[in-house]
Amino acid sequence: MNTTGWTAVLALLGLAVITVVTRSFFFMFDREVPLPPALKAGLRYAPLAALMAIVAPEVVLRDGQWLSTWQDPRLWATVVAVGWFAWRRSILGTIVSGSLTLVALNLWWMG
Amino acid sequence: MTAMSLGIGAWGLVTAMAMVKSGLGVPLSLLMTFTVYAGSAQLAALPLLAAGAPLWLLWATAFCVNLRFVIFSAQWRPYLMHLGRWPRLLHGYMTTDMNFVLFMKRHPRPALASEPALREAQSAYFWGGVLSNWVAWQSASCLGIALADRIPTTWGIGFAGTLALVGLICSLVHDKATVMAAAVSATAAVVAVALPLKLNLVVAIAAAVAMGVVWDHRVNKETA
Repeated sequence: MNTTGWTAVLALLGLAVITVVTRSFFFMFDREVPLPPALKAGLRYAPLAALMAIVAPEVVLRDGQWLSTWQDPRLWATVVAVGWFAWRRSILGTIVSGSLTLVALNLWWMG
Repeated sequence: MTAMSLGIGAWGLVTAMAMVKSGLGVPLSLLMTFTVYAGSAQLAALPLLAAGAPLWLLWATAFCVNLRFVIFSAQWRPYLMHLGRWPRLLHGYMTTDMNFVLFMKRHPRPALASEPALREAQSAYFWGGVLSNWVAWQSASCLGIALADRIPTTWGIGFAGTLALVGLICSLVHDKATVMAAAVSATAAVVAVALPLKLNLVVAIAAAVAMGVVWDHRVNKETA
């Protein structure tokens, strides 16, 4: 740990300010920053896109490389989770079935 | 939201363990979880803190990792401008990815000034969501900080947070346009993964939004 003491406290408080500023960026000020209407409409795809962008690399990449084996717990946990959703339409069931698959395969394959 | 809290909890637990294991120590880990309150930015900041990187680099990294929130904030604006500045900033601070997605799914259209009941309902839904999220994250973080050395990482429990996102994604995909947006974003995020500062997230969102703009334009032309 090389950033220590008050520098570390300052670093963390700065990070907190960044949380507020980025999350409030377009509604911090009263004046509106004009965005083209087509772009505004297109932004409704942003939430889905953001989630997908977080998830996809986690599932198919390991350390920046494509999966080298089919025996991958995360891959199968995702397959089971998506399958469960297609079958039952339940988000809770999706998470639980995926997590159980994950832990079971981790213990089985990774010992 | 119960389902989401499980995922958030698993994620908070793992982020907390990562903080302690990077050498941040218990007091600073607690300060970080209660002030920064942004899992991906926290994880990105840890190696830089451990290496003693300059503050500007640390802050620039966190800003880039949080760029997706800048995009979300444009969507939030019409829901919030009837509030004063401080409530708006508090609103911004409390809003995670999960809250944004769930809220926009439930309330795709902002309430007008002439619809006080809808506005009330949106505010209630918002605060219910962010407070459950906050409690789930902070309690799991505290647990993770306390148990950092006792939970085996070999179970891969950190991926449970990602599985919560998988559930959320499934619930958002319901027509051709959303399938396309998801496919474009996934492809772009994987192809651009080598970019520094998690900028692949921004590239992926931009690509999916661009596809959406083109798609809507085409559909409008067909129906016109």
